Amino acid sequence: MSDTNTAAADNSGPAIAITGMHKWYGDFHVLKDINLTVERGERIVICGPSGSGKSTMIRCINRLEEHQKGSINVSGIELTNDVKNIDTIRREVGMVFQHFNLFPHLTVLQNCTLAPIWVRKMPKAEAEEIAMKYLTRVKIPEQAGKFPGQLSGGQQQRVAIARSLCMNPDIMLFDEPTSALDPEMIKEVLDVMVDLAKEGMTMLCVTHEMGFAKQVADRVIFMDEGEIIEQNEPNEFFDNPQSDRTKLFLSQILGH
Amino acid sequence: MSKAFVRTEFHPDLPPPASESGPIAWLRHNLFSTWYNSLATFFVLYLAWLVIPPVLDWALFSAVWEANNYKECKAGGTGACWGMIDKRFDLFMYGFYKAEDHWRPNLAIIVFIIAMLPVLFDKLPGRRMCAMFLILGYPAFTVALIRGPIEMSSFNSTMGIALWVVAFVAAAYWGHHNAKKFNAVQSGIGYAIAYIILFIVFIAWGMGLTPTETDTYGGLMLTVMLAGVGIAVALPLGILLALGRRANSMPIVQMLCIGFIEIVRSVPLISVLFMAQFMLPLFMPEGIKFDNVMRALVGFSLFAAAYMAEVVRGGLQAIPKGQFEAADSLGLNFYLNMRLIVLPQALKIVIPGIVSTFIGLFKDTSLVSIIALADLLLVAKQSYTDSNWLGLEHTAYVFIAIIYFCICFSMSRYSMYLEQKLHTGHKR
Repeated sequence: MSDTNTAAADNSGPAIAITGMHKWYGDFHVLKDINLTVERGERIVICGPSGSGKSTMIRCINRLEEHQKGSINVSGIELTNDVKNIDTIRREVGMVFQHFNLFPHLTVLQNCTLAPIWVRKMPKAEAEEIAMKYLTRVKIPEQAGKFPGQLSGGQQQRVAIARSLCMNPDIMLFDEPTSALDPEMIKEVLDVMVDLAKEGMTMLCVTHEMGFAKQVADRVIFMDEGEIIEQNEPNEFFDNPQSDRTKLFLSQILGH
Repeated sequence: MSKAFVRTEFHPDLPPPASESGPIAWLRHNLFSTWYNSLATFFVLYLAWLVIPPVLDWALFSAVWEANNYKECKAGGTGACWGMIDKRFDLFMYGFYKAEDHWRPNLAIIVFIIAMLPVLFDKLPGRRMCAMFLILGYPAFTVALIRGPIEMSSFNSTMGIALWVVAFVAAAYWGHHNAKKFNAVQSGIGYAIAYIILFIVFIAWGMGLTPTETDTYGGLMLTVMLAGVGIAVALPLGILLALGRRANSMPIVQMLCIGFIEIVRSVPLISVLFMAQFMLPLFMPEGIKFDNVMRALVGFSLFAAAYMAEVVRGGLQAIPKGQFEAADSLGLNFYLNMRLIVLPQALKIVIPGIVSTFIGLFKDTSLVSIIALADLLLVAKQSYTDSNWLGLEHTAYVFIAIIYFCICFSMSRYSMYLEQKLHTGHKR
């Protein structure tokens, strides 16, 4: 489990194994003793009040944040300071951000082909073919030649999903993908995510879209103040929450 | 009457009324929109009436176009003495560079302009090739052309060292080109090729030409040389310094970059030039002779690089953290991230700042007159202190002001064109 310096992905074990992970921002203890195992093909929704450490936790998985204690294992590769391991993991783990973070100076197509061409060393024609395939899957192939600034928020987020998929990742991380969108655009993004879940992608999704959680999640995780408070399968989680904090949270977000 | 209302057919687009389009509308909107705007318009017209006729009179109607000395100028008219510019034109352009060799800088600048066009305007073909030529071949070509024969195969001459550095940089680039990691073999081959090309260039151009002395260089030629080299060195070096200054993971590099930038920015350019003039030779090993122009070039380039570094840093700071994170999450390493994501955006943001620095650098070349290099400004000064052309400082200064203006204004316009072209934000 802790064979450190191998940079080759192992597809037999769990997709992600986090054990005893802690993180501090200076004196502030953001994540406390996180233990989480994600099986291949499993869909996990993470919810919780703001500042509870949900985003920080999934950002630790591809090392956008550094953890100080405990271990994170992604596809059998342990996350250490070894740049090679980090690069390997980042190639296998796709991420979608709240604010899309598309590259504004590149067209939609270039956004999608950039990483395959430069990181995977794929020929340009092949990369473009793959990009068009995923752009078709997120239903915006006709926008390929436009710049991100010319698209709506929902379209931009779908491009961001396609951009991640072009790297053919094993695991997708979603960091509040619909929080910055207008209500009418949330559905088009969620539809794409549901499709992705149906195809068996391993997904970790920080979101407040409880309908989405009920529809696709295998497990819902509730976090508060840097700790995992409760996890359960969605029906049990929503109908029969155990912890008081979970009950309070659910009553607040489902109450209106 | 019900309150409900449903529109059943759409209103067609109608042409705008006359007050909204056409020249009259333009006048109304821009010049006479309010009473104070109208007042300002008339005031400016009045000022123009006061200023423009005398200026035209001085520059054109009362000007003297043919003269052999200042007495003929005084006798011929009260305006500018363009006759002096005509007679001393070569001095303004080339300084004391020998007349029979004037074709050499001419050829160099023509080749430069031709090679530069596809780089500046991407509608023209051959951009990549021209850029490669400008980086790898052109410096050697120009040095060989303007300077003449140099001992290329040894370190004996300053130009030899400069060319060797060019070959080395070319090789370093070659080593990275299309390779995952730095490719030493490719780099070695690249270096050999670059060196051989430089050697051939030297043989072809240097041997047949008479060597020239750098202290004969002057006028616009010297100004353009100083500014051109300064710009060409300052931008890449400035980018490296800016990246170095932000490299929190490498404290020593960071400290060196901060130290360099702060020290160079804290001293006047004149003192940098004096330092380059008097101190640089002290640090050089025995036998290496730096000539005046070379010293000024080094001082200039380093000075401009420090300013450029801060301009570029401003652009780097404007890039949102999300861009770095998105690039990281796609597995791009630092080099690719900088080259493909961060620098294209950062440099685009700071185009106005970069061009300001270029323009400032171009005008600052006039300071080299203090270390006795005959740039455009010093040539102008020499003109009106010449016993033949006493007291014609107006003409001399107006003439070089026009030259400075034309060059700086073109740079400024080009930067606006570039901003327009690179603008991808909300163009529909």
